Amino acid sequence: MLEYLLFSVLNSLVLGMLLFMLSSGLTLIFSMMGVLNFAHASFYMLGAYFGYQITQAVGFWPALVIAPLLVGVIGALVERYGLRTVHKYGHVAELLFTVGLAFIIEEGVNLIWGRNAMTYPVPQSLDFPLFTLFSTEFSTYRMFMLLISVAIFIGLYMVLTRTRIGLIIQAALTHPQGVSALGHNVPMVFMMVFGGGSALAGVAGVIGGIFLITEPAMAATLGPIVFVVIVVGGMGSLTGAFVASLLLAAIQTFAVGLEYSLTDLFALVGIHGQVSGLLEDLGRIQLSHTGPILPYLFMVLMLMFRPKGLMGKRES
Amino acid sequence: MLNKVFAIFAIMALALVITVPVMAEDTIKIAYIDPLSGAMAGVGDAGYKHFQYNAELLNAAGGVLGGKKFEIVPFDNKVSPQDTLIQLKNAIDQDIRIVAQGNGSSVAGALIEAINKHNERNPDNQLIYLNYAAVTPSFTNEQCSFWHFRFDAHVDMKIAAITNYIKGQKDIKKVYLMNQDYVFGHAVSDASKAMLKEKRPDIKIVGDSFTPLGKVKDFSPYVAKIQASGADTVISGNWGADMSLLVKAAKDAGLKAQFYTFYGNGLGAPKAIGEAGIGILNSVTEWHLDLNQEEKNAEDEKFFLDYQEKYSSRGEVPYYYGRIGTTMQMLAAAIEKAHSTKAKDIAYALEGMEYQTPYGKVTMRAEDHQLIQPLYISTYAKAGQGTVKYDAENTGVGFKTIQRIEAADTAMPTTCKMERPEK
Repeated sequence: MLEYLLFSVLNSLVLGMLLFMLSSGLTLIFSMMGVLNFAHASFYMLGAYFGYQITQAVGFWPALVIAPLLVGVIGALVERYGLRTVHKYGHVAELLFTVGLAFIIEEGVNLIWGRNAMTYPVPQSLDFPLFTLFSTEFSTYRMFMLLISVAIFIGLYMVLTRTRIGLIIQAALTHPQGVSALGHNVPMVFMMVFGGGSALAGVAGVIGGIFLITEPAMAATLGPIVFVVIVVGGMGSLTGAFVASLLLAAIQTFAVGLEYSLTDLFALVGIHGQVSGLLEDLGRIQLSHTGPILPYLFMVLMLMFRPKGLMGKRES
Repeated sequence: MLNKVFAIFAIMALALVITVPVMAEDTIKIAYIDPLSGAMAGVGDAGYKHFQYNAELLNAAGGVLGGKKFEIVPFDNKVSPQDTLIQLKNAIDQDIRIVAQGNGSSVAGALIEAINKHNERNPDNQLIYLNYAAVTPSFTNEQCSFWHFRFDAHVDMKIAAITNYIKGQKDIKKVYLMNQDYVFGHAVSDASKAMLKEKRPDIKIVGDSFTPLGKVKDFSPYVAKIQASGADTVISGNWGADMSLLVKAAKDAGLKAQFYTFYGNGLGAPKAIGEAGIGILNSVTEWHLDLNQEEKNAEDEKFFLDYQEKYSSRGEVPYYYGRIGTTMQMLAAAIEKAHSTKAKDIAYALEGMEYQTPYGKVTMRAEDHQLIQPLYISTYAKAGQGTVKYDAENTGVGFKTIQRIEAADTAMPTTCKMERPEK
């Protein structure tokens, strides 16, 4: 049991930190520009495919640096020449723009790399068990993912709280006009945040593409979860995104091991009833089968009872 | 005025003559309805190439009925029963009367019902359904249909093979069942529980997990659960990404349990587990790529190597479905025998048909349309030693047969009461 608990905690940490890398960029972009970027997960996918391609050419380590930079540049260009142009037509236009962009990226990936999953293996230098506890091995690559994402979290936090540019970003989050009036180039800040957020998604793609799977459907699989994370964490809150990522990953990981159903729950409080038909089927569903829908259930509950999210600052 | 009308009619008639498509009388089209996008696209794409390759071979040998050629037309159903029915409609609209599908019993069940209905309503243009991989037992039992022919051994036959083997392995004590959450996965789980109870009542089933089809990207939580259960053996019917990601997670966690699978020796799984699978990953199939060495069959070796060169993307996705060769060969033979490309005639010709594969005689059992063929349990082995000449997916790992089960021994009784149309 201890072994199971320990490894489930480690596994959920790995998944949680990956989610955080994706959601941190998204939540910053949202709170700053008011744009819910539907193409964010597509930048994650681009990161994975670029990572795969560059790994083929020059190896994994250069890819880890080059691919996110490329994705960041693409993100910045999208903001500069796409979003900024449609900005004057309001938020709906911006939203539709990002939805369209997500489709274009997915079909583009289909055209270039095909519909099959890529064979994007763990780099040789990280492909060995790091330690064995009881009888389970923990792979070095997972630890590497964990370290990278923790480093990025710390780095991001430092930049936002300890540097001048971080101060401007924080100020622009809440008072863009004021910051502009002080003579800062707010559109430039927007572009940097968008590019930076995309680059973070790119990093997540390079390491997540190996960990999960690199295929054209990867953006569509992870995209909705990332939205859940930022809603639950509170729009615009980095700490909220961090907590929500870990929480949702833990819910998903631990749900797998819990084979309890509604019938068991009722039995626990002393209700033993014979039901049949649909109710019986509902009662039989085990928690472990509901793993994939739990995050969404959590989001609905959160919106009902605390619409600003765990650490969100504003109600609207 | 009249002249004008006449002229218009003349032009219209001319246009009609020109646009009437040259009806391709000399091709026999087969609708291949399987996932060509999404999580299971890899499997669907491989199956498509297998069909194309086998069609090419038949065409090169002169086709059927004095020169008619086969053409495989792909339709993407995303492993969704709804999309499948839409694609079936498209296929019917394109005048295709032969349907091939394999991935997902959920899809196959929908197809059987739709085709039954279609054939009842359209006696003049009926369809025949060649199922090369959907193995839920009911399709050749209570749900059996005259229009459906299954070329793969069904779940009970494969689990019988696995449990018969497990019966002799005295060190197996705890078994974990890991399957996909739909009709097929539940069939695997039910059959395993029933047959293990009968053959090895001392074995404990320590887990019985189901995952949503093609949705799980990281199986580590499940592997942690298997690890925690103390299982020494895992039985899994997972296919496609669900198989390769499961063994990938098992490898990452250093899981030492033995795997008995249906689809562990191809379509991404060898790539995912590599050498870590040696001696622990076993599969029950009708063919594997080192069989030609074991049974010294040069013809099958050439068949495998030609595919390797033409379709395998430099060995990344080698030939896998031995039964697709059987499917196409038997279809061609049935068309020749019936002297017709009508679904009903082909179906009657296929019933009870015998065919000599490179590895023994197979029979399309008339009473339930289930192909009875020899099966092999094979295990991972290092390539380049003994009969393990070829490796799978460029991993340096090939396969070694640990047991051959003769066709007659795989057969199981059926409850099918076949309703046949009038000849």
